[in-house]
Amino acid sequence: MSTDTHVDHDDIVEAHGTRKGYLIGFALSVVLTAIPFALVMTGTLPQQVTAYAIMIFAAVQIVVHMIYFLHMTGKSEGGWTIMALIFTVVMIGIAFSGTLWVMYHLSTNMMPMSPSDMRQIP
Amino acid sequence: MSSRTLAVDPNEPVEFYLREEHDHPEGSSTMLGFWIYLMSDCLIFAILFACYGVLGSNYAAGPAPRDLFDLPLVALNTAMLLFSSITYGFAMLAMEDKKVGQTQMWLAITGLFGLAFLSIELYEFSHMIHEGATPQRSAFLSSFFTLVGTHGIHVTFGLIWLVTLMVQVAKRGLIAANTRRLMCLSMFWHFLDVIWIGVFTFVYLMGMLR
Repeated sequence: MSTDTHVDHDDIVEAHGTRKGYLIGFALSVVLTAIPFALVMTGTLPQQVTAYAIMIFAAVQIVVHMIYFLHMTGKSEGGWTIMALIFTVVMIGIAFSGTLWVMYHLSTNMMPMSPSDMRQIP
Repeated sequence: MSSRTLAVDPNEPVEFYLREEHDHPEGSSTMLGFWIYLMSDCLIFAILFACYGVLGSNYAAGPAPRDLFDLPLVALNTAMLLFSSITYGFAMLAMEDKKVGQTQMWLAITGLFGLAFLSIELYEFSHMIHEGATPQRSAFLSSFFTLVGTHGIHVTFGLIWLVTLMVQVAKRGLIAANTRRLMCLSMFWHFLDVIWIGVFTFVYLMGMLR
């Protein structure tokens, strides 16, 4: 019957952190923040490599914060928080990369115009 | 063909719905609701990041990130927010142990770190504005002030919320309602730190590379 699928509110375990968890998260965050700052400030690597490296460090640090500080698990709130998160990530992917994709190709996709044509624009 | 019949007493009216709502204890859906609010807030920031990504290199012959940003100051700011995250975590641990005094102490320390973050950010903004790098100078600066300013406003409201909750805890103690509110603020505060990771990477560090 339909009552079988209903998640009982008492069964939902609220996510609690532990001192160890917070300290691990903090230590990882410090390392993952210090490395990109050091890379940019010293400029040891080529610019392109540094740019990709700091983006990867940021992505990893966001995951670390999600797990150790926001206590994200696939099980919290009966799986609904992870569903909302996945939906949001998809939306951000469409909105953010879609915007950059369209806007960076805007000038390429415009009709070619010579300076004399431009002067004709009212 | 097999057909299922409703095994009911013919005298009793058949019901196809639940007559009574099942029990929803107070606040049982607050955490999920707050999480969904945070996700919608995430979308606001995603759009502001996209704006900055598009407009961030339109300097209008004005100052570029390299002329304006002071990385050691940004690193200090990042440290303040990261410290405030861990101290809020300690406040939550004290709250779970039902230690009112310790909870209040960690909340106060979190508030001080948050205030330090905000002061450094306002110092940076005023410094930029004194140099003529105002929001109306170029598209880069407009999108910069909008993105970083929106994050700063979030931290400001987080601080107001924090002080409010400290007063509530002082008056009523760690009752169920206050515990729930503290957990919501915990999510909000850590979420702001997550957004800041995006800000310092995408705006400050990438800006210095250009």
